[in-house]
Amino acid sequence: MLTYAIRRLVLSVPTLLFISFVIFMLLQLAPGDPMAQVPLTVPPEVKQKMREALGVGEPALVQYWKWLVQVFWIEPKVFIDWLTRDSWLLGWLPDTHLYNGELRVISWQTRSPVMDIVLQRIPQTLWVVGLSYVVGVLIALPIGIYSAYRQYSVFDQAGTFITMVGFSIPPFFTGPLLIVIFSVYLGWFPSIYDTTHVVRDWASFKVQLMQMIMPVMVLALQTTAQLSRYMRASMLDNLNQDYVRTARAKGLSEAVVVMVHVLRNSMIPVITVIALGVPAIFGGAIITENVFKVNGIGQLLITALFANDLPMVMTLTFIFAVLIVVFNLIADILYGLLDPRIRYD
Amino acid sequence: MTEPVPASPAPIEALRDKGPDKPPRSKWKDVWAQFRKHKGAMVGAFFLIFITLGVLVGPYLWTLDPQALDIRAKDMRPIYTALWDSSAKVSWAHPLGSDQLGRDNLSQLIAGGRASMAVGWAAMILSLVIGAGIGVLAGYFKKLDGPLMRLTDLFLSLPILPLLLVAVTLFRQPLRANFGPEGGMFILIVTVVGITSWMPTARIVRGDVLALKEREFVLAARSIGTRPFQIIKRHLLPNVLSPIMVSATLGLATAIITESALSFLGVGFPSDFPTWGKMLADAVARMEDFPERVILPGIAISLTVLGVNYLGDGLRDALDPRIRGR
Repeated sequence: MLTYAIRRLVLSVPTLLFISFVIFMLLQLAPGDPMAQVPLTVPPEVKQKMREALGVGEPALVQYWKWLVQVFWIEPKVFIDWLTRDSWLLGWLPDTHLYNGELRVISWQTRSPVMDIVLQRIPQTLWVVGLSYVVGVLIALPIGIYSAYRQYSVFDQAGTFITMVGFSIPPFFTGPLLIVIFSVYLGWFPSIYDTTHVVRDWASFKVQLMQMIMPVMVLALQTTAQLSRYMRASMLDNLNQDYVRTARAKGLSEAVVVMVHVLRNSMIPVITVIALGVPAIFGGAIITENVFKVNGIGQLLITALFANDLPMVMTLTFIFAVLIVVFNLIADILYGLLDPRIRYD
Repeated sequence: MTEPVPASPAPIEALRDKGPDKPPRSKWKDVWAQFRKHKGAMVGAFFLIFITLGVLVGPYLWTLDPQALDIRAKDMRPIYTALWDSSAKVSWAHPLGSDQLGRDNLSQLIAGGRASMAVGWAAMILSLVIGAGIGVLAGYFKKLDGPLMRLTDLFLSLPILPLLLVAVTLFRQPLRANFGPEGGMFILIVTVVGITSWMPTARIVRGDVLALKEREFVLAARSIGTRPFQIIKRHLLPNVLSPIMVSATLGLATAIITESALSFLGVGFPSDFPTWGKMLADAVARMEDFPERVILPGIAISLTVLGVNYLGDGLRDALDPRIRGR
């Protein structure tokens, strides 16, 4: 298992390098010019110098190499410095001072390091996306278990229909629909997610909760629809197995049979599906963030795209790719750890 | 040489083969019988046919130009609002109302459906061709299996939605210049959706081809000297048709949703060209006053996708021989 994990980890490096190369070359084809917004009175040779200052003058491969060095060598140094200086986790360690003023990946919009902006945006995304995923899983699992246990009952039929509907309605429709119903007609929740809101006391916590309900629910609906299908199918596979009959025959209570024997075996494939769904939900959050005006990384990507901010787009897309590769790896390793029948070596 | 064969003695009654009591049924008749039992799938199929016919024939029945501006008749409400609000601005000339520029909502819905369905079908067919091609090649030719499956894995680890956004924003200008604003966007969206959604089909088809390749009928075909591409065409492709059809329905649903999502984020078709996603996106700013402009295209997208998904569900059941017999 360990050798398998190490092999996969090593293999994921060329995969990520290749993906970053593809994205970089795709962005090289972009017709936009970072100097398009500069006034026409600026002479062309000055513009050329400004372009070179942004790093656009060099050949594409040199640019790619510099981006690689910045992302994989300089940014980790900055991160380690921050860890040992400011973070509460490792702040007790002596300062490392690894980073001394090398050029980092700079956003063309703000001329500040891309990673700083990304780090500002990640908490918002993580709160909304992470919480919605947890909520979605917590709703989906009981629905899946119960509808498998009472297969073809009214609950199962209704559950199937609702998951099908949840699967089919895109988030850019459920979002506005919820806003129309709950903010416009009923006035229960705010339609815009206020990221500057600070939780200080009970009242402000309630405000935070109110504004999180709708985006979280929109994202959770998608998760729930998919996961409860998987949970139901996986439970159905196990409920007819011989070991279940044995467990019943030896006089175990129904609760123990279903919730311990069957559930533990059915969770194995479901857990890998849960792990595989994490990057997808980050991708889906781009739309939800746009609907509810959450300024997370999805919204950052959209604004960067429209502003032709290629370093930002490159880095963000690469972060999404890293998420996918890492969670694929986690899913495969979890599957091997949880199911002793699976042997990769 | 050609002596008549002597008539065989009458066989013993008990040993005589009984003729089939029912006339033999073709596989597709069985599939159809099973498919008809799935109510959701039937409703979904009828709805899909209805929508497709509606957007094809609709412009001839409802002849208002979806792009015609009529500023005097702007912001009309749908005709049914008159049921509870007698002062609402309604007219039979615009049964579903009109938008803030006076464009008729019904004809926009029909035109938008045309665009969405065209993109959906074209992207689905493109991704099926790529997926089935790569799957068959990887499954049949052992040398290609490794590289092609690594390629599939690579594509699976690409972040699809961000890449779609990147590709559409970046290549909009050159394609628009070459093929006109609408044609260029159509080609661009179909291509990017097609080449980012073929991976599941390829994997399923490869798995099935790997199993089929070892069967006796393929061996027989090879032993009489059939060339590989003939074997693929005549023996393998017809046998992997059912998984391809199931992933076709899933592909259609994904393509429609992706196109609408791109339009919603503002990187889709040009602003005067209606699609369902674009109508929805344009209406979000005014949804407090005119909720129907969000709800109508949203319902159109959701019902179509729901219908397609149910159709796929029924097809999967009908094409699976383990379920079909029961």
